[in-house]
Amino acid sequence: MLKTFRIGGIHPKEKKISAGKAIQPIAIPDQVIIPLSQHIGAPCQPIVKKGDNVKVGTLIGKSVGFVSANIHSPVSGTVLKIDKTLDASGYKRDAVFIKVEGDEWEASVDRSPELKKACDLAPGEILNKIAAAGIVGMGGATFPSHVKLTPPPGTKAEILIINGVECEPWLTSDHQLMMEKADEILVGTTIVMKALNVQKAIIGIENNKQDAIRLFTQKTKEYAGITVEPLKVQYPQGGEKQLIDALTGRQVGSGALPISVGAVVQNVGTVFAIYEAVQKNKPLVERVVTVTGKEVKQPCNILSRVGISLNELIGVAGGLPETTGKVVSGGPMMGKALASTDIPVTKGTSGILIIPTLEAKRKAMKDCIRCAKCVNVCPMGLNPTLLMNLTEYEVWDRAEKERITDCIECGSCSYTCPADRPLLDYIRLGKGKVNGIIRARKN
Amino acid sequence: MEQKLIVSPSPHVHSGDTIEKNMYNVLIALIPAFLVALYVFRLDALIITASAVLFCVGFEYLIVKYILKKTPTVTDGSAIITGVLLAFNVPSDLPLWILALGCLFAIGVVKLSFGGLGNNIFNPAIAGRIFLLISFPAQMTTWPAAATATATDAVSSATVLGNLRLAPEALPSLQTMFLGTEAGSLGEMSVLALLIGLVYLLWKKTITWHIPLSIMGTVALFTGILYAFNPVPLYHPLIHLFSGGLMLGAIFMATDYVTSPMTRKGMLIYGAGIGFVTVAIRLWGAYPEGVSFAILLMNAFTPLINNYTSPKRFGEVVKHG
Repeated sequence: MLKTFRIGGIHPKEKKISAGKAIQPIAIPDQVIIPLSQHIGAPCQPIVKKGDNVKVGTLIGKSVGFVSANIHSPVSGTVLKIDKTLDASGYKRDAVFIKVEGDEWEASVDRSPELKKACDLAPGEILNKIAAAGIVGMGGATFPSHVKLTPPPGTKAEILIINGVECEPWLTSDHQLMMEKADEILVGTTIVMKALNVQKAIIGIENNKQDAIRLFTQKTKEYAGITVEPLKVQYPQGGEKQLIDALTGRQVGSGALPISVGAVVQNVGTVFAIYEAVQKNKPLVERVVTVTGKEVKQPCNILSRVGISLNELIGVAGGLPETTGKVVSGGPMMGKALASTDIPVTKGTSGILIIPTLEAKRKAMKDCIRCAKCVNVCPMGLNPTLLMNLTEYEVWDRAEKERITDCIECGSCSYTCPADRPLLDYIRLGKGKVNGIIRARKN
Repeated sequence: MEQKLIVSPSPHVHSGDTIEKNMYNVLIALIPAFLVALYVFRLDALIITASAVLFCVGFEYLIVKYILKKTPTVTDGSAIITGVLLAFNVPSDLPLWILALGCLFAIGVVKLSFGGLGNNIFNPAIAGRIFLLISFPAQMTTWPAAATATATDAVSSATVLGNLRLAPEALPSLQTMFLGTEAGSLGEMSVLALLIGLVYLLWKKTITWHIPLSIMGTVALFTGILYAFNPVPLYHPLIHLFSGGLMLGAIFMATDYVTSPMTRKGMLIYGAGIGFVTVAIRLWGAYPEGVSFAILLMNAFTPLINNYTSPKRFGEVVKHG
């Protein structure tokens, strides 16, 4: 019996049509736009001005505050302006516009392809390098990694969990990265283990990625303390709490962090970026992006610099199909629908999913028939239809008691509902409201 | 190339599950029981079932369109289920005008006056059956003998539960009860056919095991304890499980989405309540059969059960491994 998490879960059609497609480069266009907010936390302070020359890897946005992440130039060229630009959230935010000239890298970056295994830095030094390189969680949450790797006082990490689950349908960027950069990911894992001072790491991979499971099972023999665990295909297994439950049998309590059960979770993409930052001095300026969808001509996995317009990536995949109704940044379950395709790739862009109009429209909502399917699939053990009603009627104290703030917004409830009720839309609204009330009470 | 894109919150995909699919799955699961009814009661079974469906769908259409003045909702399949279930709960020779009254009550009063599918408190078919039982006790409690029975007792015969208290020596064998050729309401008789339906519903994930098994388990446990002290047919667990409307009720009526609890814990409490009340009525009540009353009673408790039970929360089963 393969392991999986114990409460709820769904199994949407996988549709991983870009699986096995080698990671391909993309030409750098004449201009890139680098948003100064690519992470959870405070936006960066720009430290360049119009007319400045930058190289690949030059710091252009400095993190302010602990929960924030540096931003580096992904190209070489001249700063055109600092201005507002539309990003995946649908808001206009500050960004650095750079005119591209050549492709000159900062001298400190080691661009050789050799694997560098040995790392004799102290944990503190590793964390400093990770922070300096602007590494964030690349599974989509974009939480600054150095923060996550600094357990709060009084807590101690016991186990490192590497998330190679990629449970979102359609997306294959993590899978392909695992196939092409297995050694780098494993060295990155040992570096994170050292930073956290843990002896044990588990790499969780869903059973639909047999080749990656085989590759890592074989490779991990050379690395002490790292094991691979194949997992039953079940969404949302990539959710931090679900993955910890699946791999260790420990459940993180309501409102608590993974560290409360001694676990730290890092995505494979993040661990690869950590390898490059620590061993090669390379800041986070590029990532793998899956471009896919039912009508997409050439579904692919692209290694893209940050700041390149999604239009360019969609062009590589054969252009935007005429039938397009919706373009999603990320996967179909948790990704964000975009108002425009002319937005830049950021550190958190794991994929671009193009959905035909016919499948993009929602059906009309019917009355709840209380079938309890949403209750059965909720991975957090909540009652989604009750939470929707409580939000609709603004019964916030009861919503708090029914743990609306535990919702991880995985969308399993809305996905399952036979009456096409927008459960998560309401719950998200209610969750925000209740979180606001809780904050106000604390102050 | 600015084309207008649809922007909506996640998720951007749907399972494709619909209310209709679930309703039609229930209808498919009722086919084996219907086939047994056809075999046992021949044309009568077809006439009663088809008429009940026609009445229910027709009343729903007319009421929604001409009284409520909304778009008719009959295509969701729920009125068809009410019709079939009501038909399965009546004797095969029930006059059609009585059947029509039952359908009108079930659809018009119990379902639509509360707001239609999803908003009714009581199961329409159950309430319809009880309405008929109380209004027309004579017609509702005399059952024609099965067409498959021998000529001597082909006029009318008492049901198993009727005989249980009065004439235990006249009980059919357990095997007959399991296969379903004893006298009784249309679709209640074959335990086997109803169990096939249960397996189908569980396989299709239309329902979970919690309600049917907690009802059956409670009935078996309750009568089993009594049987251990006094082993007479009146207390035989299998006779109770295989007779009357127990299987039909436990599998198809108590599991009605709208009128049953939403949490698993709640479903178990609800099922245990139905099992307990059923046995209590059968053994000590004024009626020989109690499943319908038990379900109706527990329907009324459903909102309360929903209010006091929560799903098993993530994080409450911390196991340090």
